[in-house]
Amino acid sequence: MNSPSSNPPLEPSVQTYFDQLSLGHFLIQHCTSCKTHLFYPRRFCIHCSEDSLEWVQPKGTGFVYSTTTVRRKPDAGGDYDVSIVELDEGVRLMSTVQGISPEEVKIGMRVRAHIVSAQSEQNKVVFRPEDSSAQGEQHA
Amino acid sequence: MLDLKIRGQVSIVGVGTAGCGEAPGQSELELLAQATYNALKDAGLKLQDIDGLATANLNAAMWPLNVVEYLGIRPSFVEGTNIGGSAFIAHQKPAMLALLTGQCKAVLVCYGSNQRTSPFGRRERGQARNLLDPNIFDEPYHPFDPPSSYAMMAARHMHQYGTTRRHLAEVAVAARKWAQLNPEAFQRGPLDIETVLKARMISDPFTQYDCCQVTDGGAAFIMTLSDRARDLKKKPIHILSNETAVWHKSVANMRDLTVTPSQESGPKALASAGVAIKDIDVVQIYDAFSINTILALEDLGFCPKGEGGRFVEDGAIAPGGQLPVNTNGGGLSCVHPNMYGAFATIEAVRQLRGEAGERQVVGAETALINGNGGSSASSQSTSILGTESTV
Repeated sequence: MNSPSSNPPLEPSVQTYFDQLSLGHFLIQHCTSCKTHLFYPRRFCIHCSEDSLEWVQPKGTGFVYSTTTVRRKPDAGGDYDVSIVELDEGVRLMSTVQGISPEEVKIGMRVRAHIVSAQSEQNKVVFRPEDSSAQGEQHA
Repeated sequence: MLDLKIRGQVSIVGVGTAGCGEAPGQSELELLAQATYNALKDAGLKLQDIDGLATANLNAAMWPLNVVEYLGIRPSFVEGTNIGGSAFIAHQKPAMLALLTGQCKAVLVCYGSNQRTSPFGRRERGQARNLLDPNIFDEPYHPFDPPSSYAMMAARHMHQYGTTRRHLAEVAVAARKWAQLNPEAFQRGPLDIETVLKARMISDPFTQYDCCQVTDGGAAFIMTLSDRARDLKKKPIHILSNETAVWHKSVANMRDLTVTPSQESGPKALASAGVAIKDIDVVQIYDAFSINTILALEDLGFCPKGEGGRFVEDGAIAPGGQLPVNTNGGGLSCVHPNMYGAFATIEAVRQLRGEAGERQVVGAETALINGNGGSSASSQSTSILGTESTV
């Protein structure tokens, strides 16, 4: 199983998330009681306190809520993007926008999720620009 | 329900710092102990008078035990809550309640860090902490934290409100100008806006000058009931109120990157103190990064949301400006040994006592202290302090 390298055992909900990610599925939680989405995974709904969470596949689209370029020497791998992306379901996650240079990543930019796998790392969700014609922030 | 009148009933009676900047060869406990010694001498108290302890540390899980044993005290009140660098400010209300209910008679609030010169370096400590407390949803993206998290807060503020890098630079330069008046400050060299703007980026929009210092340092202060404080050596500085707000851990889970927990702790602290924002004479804001000062000025109510950048223009918070902020030079230029809350408190006390030398704010009677904790303004704590005339 391709689970995080961290030592402490993962909570079951978190384990499910990473298990699904290793199978190529990006899932988030949805509360069937209060109809909100959650990320990261929780044991019960923190909005309505009910034990009524289900896994759903998000649309995979959203926008860059904020972004920074982390500066790194070229011989150490060069600069890279770190962004907070807000999915159209209304939840946010830390991620990175790929496919364009870090300086080109702008707040409000429409992006789409992709799962990437890398040697020695677990699968992770990254984002790429959705397409050049899409508008900016769209709140779900 | 217990109805305690706490406004001004507790005072800070002794303060001490130690090893601010570089203190090679000293352990965290030694720096804490030297600061404690200085605070005891300042108050005219002995270690044997201390029966309450508030302390926190980033490396030891049961740090109060380390301190209790080293100092040989047996406190009947211990506060070891660690919510980041706003601890030591957030410790004040629990300590006030303990003093007022008779649980103890004198509380020592203390801290020490050798993060700058320790042979066990920052990188190794960071790795050790990540091993014990991994943030599995952020780490795959390698944010350079804490700078990257605060940088994303700054980026969002710039996007929403038109705040500029020049505004951020104003904060860094103002802090440096105060530091130049403070012999204890670590960075006292010249600094101007253009230098900040031209410096190498670390995590956009921050250069090194937008980021706090990495220093060693110890800090300690002692709290007693104000009735007792009046018989001690120094002019008592009254704690009029202390309120804390804790909202999140990771920046990805911060509801609005332009609004910090001070928006909750600040107004509550001002209301409890019965003090209006216009009556604050001197302000100590935990400036882990330049954006912190701008966000706090807004959330505390010194200016409307979004106006913080324009508020600090033209040296408005520098010496000679309209509002004296971070008169010791702050975390940006004076001292930042990982957790700064106690240092902000001590500078406020020195100002209200009139002991601040060249940087003294003339006639300062009220001070606001605003703590910041965590890698994205996760916890914040606000205290209002006043001289005898404000009680």
